[in-house]
Amino acid sequence: MHEEPLVRWDWIGRNWPSIQGLLADHVVMALVPVVIGLLVALPLGLAGVRWRWLYQPTIGVMNVIYSLPSLAVFIVLLPITGVGTRATVMIPLTFYAMAVLIPAVVDGLGSVPDHVRQSAVAMGFTPLRRLLQVELPIAVPVVLAGLRVAAVSSISLVSVGALVGRGGLGYLFIDGWQRQFYTPIIVGIVLVVVLAAIADLLLVLAQRLLTPWSRARRSA
Amino acid sequence: MNWLIDFFGDPANWSGPDGIPTRLLEHLEFSVLSLLLAMLIALPLGLWIGHTGKGALFVVLSANAARALPTLGLLVLIVLLMGVGTIIPVLIPLVALAIPPILVNTYEGIRGVDPDLRAAAYGMGLRGGQVLGRVLVPVALPLILLGLRIAAIQVVSTAAVAAYVGLGGFGRYVIDGLATKDFPRTFGGAVLVALLALVVQLGFGLVERFSVSPGVRQRQPIH
Repeated sequence: MHEEPLVRWDWIGRNWPSIQGLLADHVVMALVPVVIGLLVALPLGLAGVRWRWLYQPTIGVMNVIYSLPSLAVFIVLLPITGVGTRATVMIPLTFYAMAVLIPAVVDGLGSVPDHVRQSAVAMGFTPLRRLLQVELPIAVPVVLAGLRVAAVSSISLVSVGALVGRGGLGYLFIDGWQRQFYTPIIVGIVLVVVLAAIADLLLVLAQRLLTPWSRARRSA
Repeated sequence: MNWLIDFFGDPANWSGPDGIPTRLLEHLEFSVLSLLLAMLIALPLGLWIGHTGKGALFVVLSANAARALPTLGLLVLIVLLMGVGTIIPVLIPLVALAIPPILVNTYEGIRGVDPDLRAAAYGMGLRGGQVLGRVLVPVALPLILLGLRIAAIQVVSTAAVAAYVGLGGFGRYVIDGLATKDFPRTFGGAVLVALLALVVQLGFGLVERFSVSPGVRQRQPIH
């Protein structure tokens, strides 16, 4: 065992600019897949609710995607996307986000009580207006719960991409391991967790703002 | 596809310390041990919190935070601190990874049981523990199994990372292949991990079919 302090602050100070670069890279690689995943999941989830027969096959495919190991998918895509590109990391993460978000959208829309739907029909709402003003707002908490899971796991999974050459903060783990040096590893872990906590907190806030009526019921 | 034939067709990959059977056993050892440890911690905790309603906020907050822990980072840090003499360093991050889904689904499952059912069970004269064991757990079983399945799949997938610090498992092919630019090897390893994860998924499907009571299965919404 070598004698060294757990965290060397001078190393952090000297390398701060490059750590910031990794952080920015990490945020982009984690965020874009979740946003694309949501954009795909909304129409697909709607379709799954509207046309019931679509539901089972969609959920089945999403289950299979979700059970594919991230590292394996990174590697299987390597020949197509190339070592060390952002796409190698972002494409599998997009599918993961979809796999979490499509069931969330379907469950959310499914949680709209029938009598509420019927009241909207009775009040003469067109289907589009009913969807936008009644069904989607009621689905928001469930969709956002899915979004929280998707965002947090996306932030954590990006670092595995470091094994195939591009992993944002994950690079700090590789670096620390190769030099047998704690500081970068600890900095990496702390930053990933803080990033995830911030994302989670923002989404909880969004949930509160978007569903003022549910505040009385329960948070989280 | 040629890569797959190169890798799986080579008899050298089917025997010896670097053969697929040995690596499979190592991979299973990490995965099963971590999952069992996580179950030992998360199942009783989830049952207790779901039943008593105490500490629910703690579950929700800590589970999402734990999801964020980067396994690769934890693994290399623990190995640097403890050395690689044993497989304990790889178990710690895997257990940390497996606890949240088991804990949250167990808790949500128990808490989500129809209050009328619970009241009826008490009304029939069952005590707290009996209500939990005979009514709440069977009704919540599909969700509890879902949590176990998610945890198992994530553990099997992530156990591949163990190879990065020199331990065994299917990850060896992936990491060694990447290091030596032996692409068929990397590719083959990745396919093996994915296959194992799918087998786990199917296995849990079967367990669910045989362990969930038919009455409870009918009550499930179309999922």
